[in-house]
Amino acid sequence: MSDISNERSSFLTRFRESDLWWNFKGSPGAIIAATVTFLMIFGAAFANFVAPHNPFDLATVDLFDALLPPAWEDGGKASFLLGTDDQGRDVFSTILYGSRISLIVGFASVGFAAILGIAVGLVSGYAGGVVDSILMRIADVQLSFPAILIALLIDGVARGIMPRETHDELAVYVLVIAIGLSFWVQYARTVRSSVMVERNKEYVQAGQVIGLPDWIILVRHILPNVMGPVLVIATIQLALAVITEATLSFLGVGVPPTSPSLGTLIRIGNDYLFSGEWWITIFPGGALVILVLSVNILGDWLRDALNPKLR
Amino acid sequence: MSKTLLDIKDLVVEFPSRHGDVIAAKNVCLSVESGEILGVVGESGAGKSTIGNAVMGLLERPGRVGGGEVFLEGEKISGLSQVQMRKIRGKRIGMIFQDPLTSLNPLETIAKQLIGTIQTHLGFNDADARERAISLLDQVGIPNPSERVDHYPHQFSGGMRQRVVIALALCAEPEVILADEPTTALDVSIQAQILDLLKKLVREKGVGMILITHDMGVIAEVADRVAVMYRGVVVETGPTAKILGNPDHPYSRSLISAVPRPDVRLHRFPMVESIEAAGERKDLDLSTHWLGKARDFGQSDGPLLKVDNLEMVFKTGGMFGGGSSIVRAVDDVSFDIRNGECFGIVGESGSGKSTIARLVTSIYKSAGGSINFAGTDLTKIKKRKELNVHRRQMQMIFQDPFSSVNARMKVRDIIAEPIRFHKLASSEKETRQIVDDLLDHVGLGAKAAVKYPHEFSGGQRQRISIARALATRPRFLICDEPTSALDVSIQAQILNLLKDLQDELGLTMMFISHDLPVIRQMCDRVGVMSKGKMVEIAETEELFVAPKHDYSKHLISLMPSYTGLMNKEDAQAEAGQAEAS
Repeated sequence: MSDISNERSSFLTRFRESDLWWNFKGSPGAIIAATVTFLMIFGAAFANFVAPHNPFDLATVDLFDALLPPAWEDGGKASFLLGTDDQGRDVFSTILYGSRISLIVGFASVGFAAILGIAVGLVSGYAGGVVDSILMRIADVQLSFPAILIALLIDGVARGIMPRETHDELAVYVLVIAIGLSFWVQYARTVRSSVMVERNKEYVQAGQVIGLPDWIILVRHILPNVMGPVLVIATIQLALAVITEATLSFLGVGVPPTSPSLGTLIRIGNDYLFSGEWWITIFPGGALVILVLSVNILGDWLRDALNPKLR
Repeated sequence: MSKTLLDIKDLVVEFPSRHGDVIAAKNVCLSVESGEILGVVGESGAGKSTIGNAVMGLLERPGRVGGGEVFLEGEKISGLSQVQMRKIRGKRIGMIFQDPLTSLNPLETIAKQLIGTIQTHLGFNDADARERAISLLDQVGIPNPSERVDHYPHQFSGGMRQRVVIALALCAEPEVILADEPTTALDVSIQAQILDLLKKLVREKGVGMILITHDMGVIAEVADRVAVMYRGVVVETGPTAKILGNPDHPYSRSLISAVPRPDVRLHRFPMVESIEAAGERKDLDLSTHWLGKARDFGQSDGPLLKVDNLEMVFKTGGMFGGGSSIVRAVDDVSFDIRNGECFGIVGESGSGKSTIARLVTSIYKSAGGSINFAGTDLTKIKKRKELNVHRRQMQMIFQDPFSSVNARMKVRDIIAEPIRFHKLASSEKETRQIVDDLLDHVGLGAKAAVKYPHEFSGGQRQRISIARALATRPRFLICDEPTSALDVSIQAQILNLLKDLQDELGLTMMFISHDLPVIRQMCDRVGVMSKGKMVEIAETEELFVAPKHDYSKHLISLMPSYTGLMNKEDAQAEAGQAEAS
């Protein structure tokens, strides 16, 4: 440590030498989860190139291919690996395209919730007093409603004030705002409590002695030091957001069937579940479970790895 | 007749880690006889506690004993299973830990904890065990033991709790007691009582005690023999007077010379350079150097800082202000600091000395009184811009080197921040040059600029903190317990650095500390704080020789009676006398 002659370290080498990377290499669960998550994100992002069919290009969809079972079942076609749905769309391809929408909604709503929550948490924790009391009571009120209910409420209001076509176009944004608004409290509370610890630390006082204005102290000094827990929540909430989106879409208040997400696909398949066409709902459902599970495992691992007490 | 009770031979303790095995103790040989206190002294990370834990079989994973043997009264106890060790721990070797609060179970009465331990080890029935518990409490000096035995730990004060812990260690009449920093968490006055008690018990009961501590004062007070540890190795063992007065090993010598002397003021601490590598500091020419620019603050008559009737209250509890109570942290405090002097503020924890520092630097708002800095009343200034003109001239060095620098910023950005904010340099290139210069100047070397704080030790981080404070070219430096989190040798180095900087730059300093010997080494005048009030202000020498206020007298009387390294001639003369007699 005291060796000052050390060469300048780049970000990459610092990362490779970090405890986080070392910890990651030693936990097979995290490696598998990370690989699966990466593959699914990759498949969703590059669905245009990865998917064997484009299920939304009406020119390639053939109604004669409707309700084909998976390739290994009797009557299955090799070109439709996981079978087709009622309109002849390839289930494997729709899963790829569907998880793209699920992930977009997940990332965007987590990002929206994080920005809102971190901002509220920073102000609340740093200002303290009356400001803190008011903001935290709002958060308490928010917490006393289930997330799904809030999302339903916002979605319902949006439907009420927007014409149907506009709503279908804006469905993704409405979902993002609805889910984001029901998730910000977690960030706000976590960041607030971290800020309350950090604000009494001496480096903050050192900033005050220099004469730095409060917002610089908040953004430049406190914010980077409270990001650890935020990262953990964000990972776990990503999984939650994907599930919430799927739930809303399953209930029919999410994205429209013309650009289905995983939840929409499960709902469509649900109608055929009892007539024997199980693959339409089981495969999107399985994809959802695997995605959420691996993101969750990743989040759990991250929480443990960043927690010095458990190390 | 004294006999060897515990004998540690060539003990090796290893901690495997991702960077290879760390040897925490290397071929350690120690022995303790009945009725003897063996002091094990060393700085943090020297491996003192590790040895204690290894003997008890309490090494934390993944640590392991890599070699060597431990004998208890000739019987080998190293390599025993956990089950066998359990019969030795508590029964034959008692332990006293640092923090009396965590070594007692808060949910059980003292009686229950003592009786449980007695019955486990000695198999007494309830009545006998209770009687023994009461007599133990009596032995450790707890008044009214037959009533106090049924109290809970929280009903005892810190010192009384530590007495209970000692009683707990004595329960089964152990042959050896391991005391790991038994008085570190206690106030000075209570520390003295506990040490007396330990000494008395060891003599009366003929047990052997290994006393692990970092505090030379404690060693001087009670130990018969001392082992000095340095990086896992016992560098020297010998009688206390010899080790403290005239040690042979160069590390022991520099360690002991680094302990601030309560009796004489020295200009610098001698022989501490070898401990932590610090770069060479060059003398600088203030007329050309950046630090010398704009040093002409204009001559003002009178004191640089004049504080009058300063008040500060803390409100506690209560959302929306309900149910709150008021604490007077600073109560009608007045003092002044003359240009170029070092003014000390001394007091026990909670006396309000740090609050004064934060009031002067406008981190806290005062509830009353005035703070005149170079003729301007800072409490009257409302605008941040105006305040910043004065803030630039005063900077502060904090207590905790681990939290006083932002761990997410590079050292360069930490030190450059005040320069950039106050626009003290004309270009980024100049800023970097200044930062490199400052780092050089505090003994870190310019290469430190591209690193992050976690790559540095506590002492080095404190140097970063000092460089940041210098970066505004201040004339007034507030040091709030700048060395109380540091090891004694590092403390000596940092204090030397502060003295050098004060001489070079003509800084005026306010030096806050609870440590009287440190105050004596650093300060020209001292204010004594007690419960928010400043009870006495005096010249340093005057205060130490003839304190006037009762509280000052009390504080001075508690100072350890330790008197530094003998010089060579005296030591030789004494050795000669000893031989002759």
